[in-house]
Order: sequence, then C-alpha cells, then structure tokens
Amino acid sequence: MKAFTYERPASAAEAAAAAVRIPGAKFIAGGTNLLDLMKLQIETPTHLVDVNSIGFDRIEPTDQGGLRIGALVRNTDLAADPRIRRDYGVLSRAIVSGASGQLRNKATTAGNLLQRTRCPYFYDTDMACNKRTPGSGCAAIGGLNANHAILGASEACIATHPSDMAVAMRALDASVETVAPSGASRSIPIADLHCLPGNTPHVETVLEPGELITAVTLPKPRGGLQLYRKVRERASYAFATVSVALIAKIEEGRLTVDRLAFGGLAHKPWRVEQAEHAVAGAVADSIADVVLSGARPTEQNSYKLPLVRRTLAATLEHARAGASR
Amino acid sequence: MIGAGINRIDGPLKVTGRAVYSYERQDAGQPFYGFIRGAAIGKGKIAAIDTAEAESAPGVRLVLTHRNAPKQGAFVNKPTIFDRPHPQLTTDRIEYFGEPVAFVVADTFEQARAAAALVNLTYGREDGAFDLANHADQAEPQATLSIGLPGETRFGDLEAAMSAGPVTIDQTYTTPYHFSQPMEPHACLADWRDDHLTVYLATQTVAQNRIALAETLGLAADQVTVDAAFVGGGFGSKLYLHAEAVLAALAARKLANPVKVALTRRQVFTLTGHRPEMIHRVRLAATLDGQLTGLGHDVNLQAAVAEPWIEQAATVARSLYAAPNRLTRHSITNLDLKAAEAVRGPGELPGLLAFETAMDELAYALDIDPVELRLKNDTAIDPELGVPLNGRRLADCLREGAKRFGWDRRPKTPGSRREGDHLVGYGMAAGIRMHFQGPTGAIVRIEPDGRVIVRSDTPDIGTGTYTIAAQIAAESLGIGVDQVTVQLAHSDFPPSAGAGGSWGASNLSIALDRACQQIRNRIAEAAGLGATPNDILADVGRWFPEGVEATGQTIGQADDPNFKNYSQNTYGAAFAEVAVDIATGEVRLRRMTGVFAAGRIVNAKTARSQLMGGMIWGVSSALHEAAHVDPRYGNWVNGDLAEYLMPVHADIPAIETVLLDDYDEHANHLGIKGVGELGVCGTGAAVSNAVFNATGIRVRDFPITLSKLLSGLPPMRTAA
Repeated sequence: MKAFTYERPASAAEAAAAAVRIPGAKFIAGGTNLLDLMKLQIETPTHLVDVNSIGFDRIEPTDQGGLRIGALVRNTDLAADPRIRRDYGVLSRAIVSGASGQLRNKATTAGNLLQRTRCPYFYDTDMACNKRTPGSGCAAIGGLNANHAILGASEACIATHPSDMAVAMRALDASVETVAPSGASRSIPIADLHCLPGNTPHVETVLEPGELITAVTLPKPRGGLQLYRKVRERASYAFATVSVALIAKIEEGRLTVDRLAFGGLAHKPWRVEQAEHAVAGAVADSIADVVLSGARPTEQNSYKLPLVRRTLAATLEHARAGASR
Repeated sequence: MIGAGINRIDGPLKVTGRAVYSYERQDAGQPFYGFIRGAAIGKGKIAAIDTAEAESAPGVRLVLTHRNAPKQGAFVNKPTIFDRPHPQLTTDRIEYFGEPVAFVVADTFEQARAAAALVNLTYGREDGAFDLANHADQAEPQATLSIGLPGETRFGDLEAAMSAGPVTIDQTYTTPYHFSQPMEPHACLADWRDDHLTVYLATQTVAQNRIALAETLGLAADQVTVDAAFVGGGFGSKLYLHAEAVLAALAARKLANPVKVALTRRQVFTLTGHRPEMIHRVRLAATLDGQLTGLGHDVNLQAAVAEPWIEQAATVARSLYAAPNRLTRHSITNLDLKAAEAVRGPGELPGLLAFETAMDELAYALDIDPVELRLKNDTAIDPELGVPLNGRRLADCLREGAKRFGWDRRPKTPGSRREGDHLVGYGMAAGIRMHFQGPTGAIVRIEPDGRVIVRSDTPDIGTGTYTIAAQIAAESLGIGVDQVTVQLAHSDFPPSAGAGGSWGASNLSIALDRACQQIRNRIAEAAGLGATPNDILADVGRWFPEGVEATGQTIGQADDPNFKNYSQNTYGAAFAEVAVDIATGEVRLRRMTGVFAAGRIVNAKTARSQLMGGMIWGVSSALHEAAHVDPRYGNWVNGDLAEYLMPVHADIPAIETVLLDDYDEHANHLGIKGVGELGVCGTGAAVSNAVFNATGIRVRDFPITLSKLLSGLPPMRTAA
C-alpha cells in the first residue's frame, strides 16, 4: 500500500470538491473492494475522501412514486428494506445472492455499482492488463477465461462486471444521481453508467473526475413476478457464472417478459430491450437468440451460451409456476 | 477419561484472543516487518535488479537480494524431508513463478510491502514447461516414494487379467493442484541475540524445522530455539521450512533486531507447497459375480527437479481389495513449478477419488450394488504384504453406513430420480488410510505441590493435542484433567515426529502414557516405604521434595514389530446424496454419512471435528477445489480465496460422522490409531459417484464443475 492522506468531509459537495483538489484522490465508502485493491497496489490513491459522513444513508419515497436510495445505504439494509422486498423483489434477491453477510453489512449502494472486475489477471500485478495498466495487453485473452465475458467484449478486455445488484438495478431502470465538484447535479440512467471496454477498458463508467454518486433512484414499482437466478459453482460467496434478473407478467393468461437483464456475461449488466417484448409467450430460445446475438465466446467460456438458454428457460418456468400458485 | 468428548482446554484462550500465535508474539520486543517480493516469471534469470529506490523508501531497514544475502547452507534432498535446509536468495536463477527475489525489512508492514514493490527488476525470461498434460510423455517411473514405500508393486499379470475380463474398466482420471490453505498464514518471528536464534514459527514439526533452520543458517542445532505454542492449522503445508522463516532469521541476525514475516494469502499460493496435479489410469478386471481378478493404478504426477515430492497416490488400492493380479505404479513429470508438498490427505485424497470412482464404474458395469461389490472383495490379509490387516473393519463401516444412510432407497438407475428442478443421486465409496508411527518423546513431571506438567515438542495445530495430552496423563495417573498442565511445541521439550500424517495424537499418547507409567513405578517404589501410591500422589512433596519426572518414548514404525507383523490401516465408508440442478448443472450436497474405524478414540469431540473437516475436504475435492496454472507463464491464476473455491457453510448441510467403537490391540498398547485425514478417504468419490447416480454423466476430470455436466443434462423445454 502506498502512503495516502485522508479526510472525512461532511457534505457531498465538499467531498466532490475535495476529490478534484488533490490529484489522485479517490472516494472511499465501505471499502470492501478498494482496500483489497490498495493492498495489491492495483489502486494507488494519494488521498482518500471518506464519504461516510455526508448523509445519503436513507431510502426515501420520490414524488414519482419510486424510491431514492442514498449512496451510503448498506447492501444489507437495502435488501432488508420492507419496501424493497415488497415492490422491488428482484433487487432484494440479487443483493442477498452476492458476496457474504459480512461484506454486505459494509458495502454501500454506490460502491457496489462501482466495484471493479474480479478478472484474476486484473488482480495479478505480474500479468498484463489493459484495465490496470492501459496498453499493457490482456493476459486473459489466450489465458484462463472460463468465466469471462461473451458479450460486448473487445480485443483489449474480456472482463465481466461482478455486481448482482447492478443487474437488478438495470432491469428496474434505475437512475444514478450525482454531484460534480462544481456543485452541479445530474441523473444518469443506469444503462448509461457503465461503459463497454472498447479500447479503453480502464474507463469503466461515464462519471467525470470528482463526480460523486449520491443516490440511486428507482421508478415506481412495476409489479409482476420478480426473480433473480444466480448460477455459480458454490452456494455462497462466488461470483455469477450467469445470472438472470427477470420481471414477468401474466397477460391474458400468458406469461410475458417485462424486464430481463443478465449478469456474468459482459463488462456491464446486460440487457437487450428488444428481447423483452419482441417475443410473445416468453419462448426461452427465441428470447435467448436476441440476447445472445453478437456473442463471441472463447473456447473455455462457450458453455455460457447453452447455460444462458437453460437458465432463462428454468427462470421462466419458475415464473410460470409462481404465477399459477 | 480416554474417549471422553471433553472441550478443548485451550478453547477459552482461543475464543478470547489470548492464545498468542507466532506472528503476534511480544516476547522479543518490537520487531521489524519483512515482506517478500516474488519473481514475475516462471523460469529464467534476474537480468538486472536495482534496490536504490526501495532502500530509500520510508522506514526501510534492509533490502536483501541474491547480491547481498548471507551465504547459507546448501539444499540437501534428505529423505527425512522436513529437516532439509532451504537457502534463499542464493542465485539470479528463477525456477518458479513467485520465487523470492528480494526481501524488504521496514518499521511497519505497510512500509515493507510498499518498498518491496519499488525493487526494480528486469528478467531474462526463458520458455518453461508448465502444464502436465502436454508433457505427460516425459513421465519418469519412480522406484521409491517420498514416504519410503516402493513406487511400483506388481503381482500376477494385470494385462492378462484385463484381456480375460469378462468385465473390465480402464479409465483415466485427472486430479488438480490443491493447496492446504490453513487459516493462519505461514508466519515467523525471528529473534537473534547472543549468538542464539529464537524463532516463533507456525510449524507442524519443531525438531525437524530446527535442524532445517540451523543447517540453512550454518548454526549448530542448539543455537536455534523453535517455539510454536499455537498454530492455526497446517494441513501439511507447515511441515516444511519455507522462505519466510529463513528470511526472517537472516534479517534478524543482520539487523540485530527481531524481524517478523507473515505471508499474504496470495503468497500462501506461491511460497508454500501444492498437491501435484495427477493423471491416474485405473484398471479393474472382474468376474461376472463381482470378484476382482485384477486391479491397476498408474499415477503420473507433477514434480520439480530441485525437490521431487512423489505423492503415494497409487498406493491406496494396495491394501484395500483382494485380487490376484495387481499393478500399482508412480511416475513423475518435471515441470517448471515450485516443488509439490504433502497437502491434506496426501496419497489418499486424489488416489481414492480416482480409484473409488473406478470401482463405482465397475459396479454399474456389473450391475452390482456398489456396497456389495466392495464387500465381495474385502480381505483379512494384506494382498500385497501377506500379513494380517489389523483392525480391518471395512465391512463394518460399509454395513453401518449403508444402514444409517438408507442406501437401500438409492435410485438404481442413474438419472432416474427427479425432485422438482433437481436430479437426485446417491453415491458411496470405501476409505482406507495407512496408519503411521514416528519417534516421539514426552516428559511428565509432578511438582512437589502436586501439579502435573506434561511436555513434548509435538505442536497442537488446532486439532486438540493440548486436550488429549491432558486426558492421557489424567487417565494414566488417575487424576483430573484440570490437574494437568500441558506444554507443547518448544524445541527444549522432548522431540517428536511432529503434527502431520494424522500421527501426532497416537505418537504422543503412547510416549506420554509410558512416561506416566514410569512415574507410577517410581511412586510404587517409594510406596515400599510405607505409603500407598495414592497417598504419595496426594502429597508428592513429602516423598519427592524436588518433584519427580520421567520420560516416555514412542519408537518409529521401522523398529516396531507391530508394523512388520501387521498391515496397519484405518478404515471408513462414505455415503453422499447430491442434487444436481437440471437446468444449470450446479451440484449441491444434500447430506453425507461417514462411518470410521480408527482404533480407540482419545477424545470423541475433537476426533469427530477432524473427521467432519476431512469429509468436507472430500466434498471440496469432488466439486470445488482446483488451483489453475497459466500454461504460458507458470503462475497460479486463481491465487486467492475468492477464486480458489472451497465449500462455504451454505455448501455443507447435515453431515453425520460415526466412529465405530474400536480398540486396535495390534497398533500399540493403547489401541489408538490416526484419525485426522481418514475423514477425506473415499468421501470425494462418494460425492463423485452420487453425481453419476443423479445424472448418468461420469466426469473423470476433477472437480466436477457445472460446465462439465451441462452438455449431458436432459434437454430443456426452451422452445414454445
């Protein structure tokens, strides 16, 4: 770990200003990802702006009938909130499927969105990684990549985004509220928050330097059956091989897909809107054809193609079974 | 007292944080902190190294590299293994990825770690051989295994038996690299003063590591004190002397100040030892009614030229089943990886995973109940050594396990039982483990005030040795456990064979009981003066004003007739039920029963805990664990505990652990045998066989991950 300075401002505006005042500054909230990366010198901030005292730690109703989740709300609290459990079940289910109880107690809503990939070559500082050291190459391409991206990847990076929560947020059409060092605030649709790797895999979001996430806003509840199915090699504390966030509805006795997003497939939560309403009757293979169009798996992760189809089919079956109960 | 499932006497110290581990010892005053910088190539040399920036970093006291490291004793490949010297930073050559190339000592851990990253290195990288499969044709047959057994055994004509059939199995299985990964990382605090080195060391072998350190540093053994009062798990990986201890000692001597080093979790992957990857070929020939006519097990395993570890994986069948035609062989393939070491259940874990999976394949080929097949081939005489198998209770374990588990309710046809979204299967396997005995001493002292003190250098690596030593002494002397003080793991105490190979408890118990008997004899002699032994025990100071003490010794198995006249093993049977998600291929254990016969049990609670832990390793070996090497670079790719999967609580449902009431009079005078690693013997194969029973898919490349099952699962209704 490199030596760093530290401050704990009392407001979001002060925090955003502090983050640009000192070159190399970073925000820290729960620290569940950043501290690990600092120990490995993958992240080497010169200055930490601790945002734990800026407020934004509540879940409040919005005028539009949705909820505004403060950036500092812990994952455990968010998943357990009765409004979230009742109206946004897919989000609650996604959160509790991630990490461990201890990590969820500490991790924050904004931090979860901004966590970095778990690509093992990103974590190994002796390996080439364009995300860690731009221009150094990608050791995962041609290496061990059974759990890497099959969609939206590039010649520079095939890493995935590890968050479960973000997949549910994507299905729910959440928006991210931020404040910039200038004091200006804006709202970013979650679809636009994360970038695909392209030639700049080190650029992971559209946030500007010093721009601080203050809240995540959920639109008014969509209703429907809300499921989150995470496929993984052990029952807990493992990142998704594939995950499915599904909001389904019954219309005229038929199951239809209202919202559908995937984790474990790409550099960001993967949602293909055309797949949601294009197919009447929720036929898994037809939906998967749309979702997987353009997929470019490696030899080692090509199993994800049938896995997506099968997991989607099983999740739709669960929705049907849930609807008929 | 022997057998009672009493709580650990050191439990309160551990749960209140008062059990002080090596890295936390304060005895020597404020230490400096060391950090190891590892090589970023798998093979080659250091072309240039510049330490100037690191040396001028804040708090830095010393930067050691091959250019300024003190001269050390050369590595010697001694058959005693754990006392081999392991010099560090001796050359510019690099033989494995992560090999220490610099050692930085600073006032704080963070300073040392940051400065270590500032050492500028340029490498001359050479092509290396990093994957077993592509170099398997270079395998070299081995005459002798690391633990001294023959590498090859041959009886009759296996090839002829395979030709004759009528039913045969000839399959190849692969088992991956594993790491022990104890909770406490490898750590050492070294204190050099007055020409004497004291190391507080996380070790399983005090006397052996003392010699190893002394020879590395060019010291006499009596110039080195090793203290390992508390050790947070070992699982084989702390039997050996590793870089952190040597580097801490070198730096402490050079700086005349204590230096401590703890490996990071990632370094536990690069700087300790792994279980080698193996390719197993198992051959079985049987009559139509299930009598084995031939069995064969060939293992090809990864090794390093510098220090070959030839794990005894193909020995598991030698004493397990009768068959007239037999062939077991080991060969090694040298790769440019670190030397492999003993890891949790060496030999048995991978060996039985492969062999007992093959036995399951034979049972299905014959259409015979897998339990029945094992019972049919049971034997009272060791088929290869020709001597009786003492304590042979395999059949009892199989029958008791089948009854408790409800084996009669098993799905007879693979892939036939569906419950909701899951395919459900039952599997079972037999377990056997060699029982070892190593030279071990103990001393018992009764103070004039009546306090009883027991000492041995055997460490308690978390298994309960403190507690069982107190139980043995209490039983032997007819006193309460609370009257016994146990002191372990110090090189001033009588040397032992260490805590590994599941032999610590039996080695120590035998020696300790003998020491207690000696003291009783002394007291009996004194009693001739007109008191009863109980009077004397109640008033030791009156009869022995200086106190009284006696030593006891356990001899090594090479010198013990029991080990010539009998084939010494422990036995088990494991039964598992798994559920496989029919859509995704995710395998989850539902329940497991293990029944074991391991002689007389000293502490029912700690024995059960160890066996349960072993059974969980079995689950792990079947479903989760594998360390992956990138064949381009030779590095461990998944080198942390987020990516190196082992079961978490949610993966382990009800596990039933049953110890048969047992006493093995041919093992030793206490009837005790080793327990620890028996739990893993066969349990992995029980899970593997349950996956086959559930799905009809036989995966022979372990672990059984979902991608290996996916293509064989029933089609889904994915269309309209």
